[in-house]
Amino acid sequence: MKTLLKSAVLASAVCATLAPAVASAQAKEQFVPVLVYRTGTYSPNGVPWANGFVDYLKLVNERDGGINGVKITYEECETGYATDRGVECYERLKAKGPTGATGFNPLSTGITFALTEKVAADKIPLFTTGYGRSESADGSVFKWNFPLMGTYWTAADILVQHVAKKGSLKGKKIALVYHDSPFGKEPIPVLEEHAKKHGFELLKLPVTHPGVEQKATWLQVRQQRPDYVFLWGWGVMNSAAIREAINVSYPRLQMYGVWWSAAEPDTLPAEMAAKGYNGLAMQHSNENSAGVHKDMIKFLHDKGKGTGDKKEVGNVLYNRGMLSAMLLVESVRQGQTKFGKKPLTGEQVRWGAENLNIDAARIKALGLDGIMQPLKTSCLDHEGARKARIHTWDGTTWSYTSDWYEGDNKFLRPMVEAQAKKYAAEKKIEQRDCKKES
Amino acid sequence: MGPLIEVVLGGLMAGVLYSLVALGFVLIYKASGVFNFAQGAMVLFAALAFARFSEKMPMPVAFVLAMGVMVLMAWLVERLVLRSLVNQEGIILFLATFGITYFIEGLGQLIFGSDIYPIDLGLPKEPKIILEDTFQGGILINIDDLLAAAVAGALVLSLALFFQKTGTGRALRAVADDHQAAQSVGIPLNRIWVIVWSVSGFVALVAGIVWGSKLGVQFSLALVALKAIPVVILGGFTSVPGAIVGGLIIGVGEKLAEVYLGPIIGGGLENWFAYGLALVFLMVRPEGLFGERHIDRV
Repeated sequence: MKTLLKSAVLASAVCATLAPAVASAQAKEQFVPVLVYRTGTYSPNGVPWANGFVDYLKLVNERDGGINGVKITYEECETGYATDRGVECYERLKAKGPTGATGFNPLSTGITFALTEKVAADKIPLFTTGYGRSESADGSVFKWNFPLMGTYWTAADILVQHVAKKGSLKGKKIALVYHDSPFGKEPIPVLEEHAKKHGFELLKLPVTHPGVEQKATWLQVRQQRPDYVFLWGWGVMNSAAIREAINVSYPRLQMYGVWWSAAEPDTLPAEMAAKGYNGLAMQHSNENSAGVHKDMIKFLHDKGKGTGDKKEVGNVLYNRGMLSAMLLVESVRQGQTKFGKKPLTGEQVRWGAENLNIDAARIKALGLDGIMQPLKTSCLDHEGARKARIHTWDGTTWSYTSDWYEGDNKFLRPMVEAQAKKYAAEKKIEQRDCKKES
Repeated sequence: MGPLIEVVLGGLMAGVLYSLVALGFVLIYKASGVFNFAQGAMVLFAALAFARFSEKMPMPVAFVLAMGVMVLMAWLVERLVLRSLVNQEGIILFLATFGITYFIEGLGQLIFGSDIYPIDLGLPKEPKIILEDTFQGGILINIDDLLAAAVAGALVLSLALFFQKTGTGRALRAVADDHQAAQSVGIPLNRIWVIVWSVSGFVALVAGIVWGSKLGVQFSLALVALKAIPVVILGGFTSVPGAIVGGLIIGVGEKLAEVYLGPIIGGGLENWFAYGLALVFLMVRPEGLFGERHIDRV
């Protein structure tokens, strides 16, 4: 009797432990981990991105009832833009949800470097929309990385294309004022190659984190008088750089920021004095009246379900976060075409991400007209699109001041492949045969 | 010659800004023997309060209100943290200020938000160029930097007078020497601590406004304090003029290093050079340039 009682108690305990897991396995939910930085040094830039990302996930649930009936669940984890905390968030969230994490988008090149090997082992895709390792565009080596919509190498190439259009670069000077981190150093190889090709001198001026004090850097800019300054900063470094450019009377018209250095938090502290400052617009700028924005207001903000201030819907970084979430959702949707309309594992989502084909019709259907260009990924190409424009701060807002540019893949691809091959050799990764897989 | 003068001037101006934050450290250390790690967080908190208040009211009113907030904070710090730590080792008090730092940083962002809040003092943002005939390209002067220098000068003067000439100032110095002895001669320790943290809050508010008008008020202001630590090491923890002189030496030193050594050894020196210089000073003169020599009776 005693044994029977013991067994019954044990069985109940086991059932009680397993019940939530069973229920969770049956739940038609797709879990999305959301790595954010809403506090700390980089929060002014992290918050609007996080708001856009989360709002899009909410919108899919509210407007569409989820992804083909699969509800999205999500959990935010605060990284503070610190690599160690990012890894901690990854470890905590990777197995959450009925099918584990859908994919990670850490909004940090440092965290991306730290996670690249981990995601391959755990079979979870790593989305790095507009950032991350540039060579990870080569899917034959970086099976799990997706630097969708543009890498830093693409960005650097487009910036050089733009200034070269203004006149020959031969004998000119271009200064790169960069965040002294993996993120800031990313464009250097491409700019060095371009310097050889076009015959300009490249001045490399590193700024250490967080970049509050840059007077010495900008005094060097004043002494050297470069023809153009490319700004590769993030967070307070951008506004401090613009401020110091004003202090040394460097013309804002000759300054070009990467797409992470050209949003409202970067120019607002200087406001009118920053007038004329240019930056790359990674397909979008601060549009706020596309179909998707109207839906954000209608389904979320007007019902009190929005994240953050309603007025910020459509800001540059809000749009970036929103598009980042959209690409993750579309990867799930694409994955469902092969694996069924159910919650997908990271491995199945990876297949979706590698077979994305967001054409003009799909862009229209998503309400993203005017803020996104067609994007098509493959085993070889995990970037999917390489287009950008220049937008310029007029003292109060951003507006486009150039036509579309496309990253020159004839120039970039050999560099991407060479670097990816080097990585594969270092890490002893067997390169995929994309011809067989496609 | 022109560029060298500009680098030195730029360094002096940056140094003045570091000194503004360093003054807060010195004040609390001088008056209570506590190295207040929370000074940077106080700069952020004060600037956030001022920036958010000034969105809704005239700046002078916002300044008074923000000062009120800092006095309230000083009272709470004394009541909730310091009171129970009287006569404890300096390291205990120092660690307590670590806790205060993280609490204030979090609370500030929770109450006032973590966005960028501009402070527009109405000063011209474009620099003035002087001595164009003497040097090619002239010498650049920024009006807001000059204002910061004037503010720092006025603060040092008034604080020096406060410490030397007023009864409260003398009481503050007595408390710093020995908590117990000060209490035994009737100096109200608790009130003195509230006063010194309030004065430090005032300095933080001024520093926050000056820095905030340059960068916008944002979390990074809290990190400016890290630049003030080598300044107080160099100038001396107990010297108000030392904070200024230390700031100027650090400012000029790091700018010269970045501009003239940077291109040779790879750049990015501006942040760590100050610490290198402070370490050298610690070896040669541990009490700093103007600090009081510490002698213990055996």
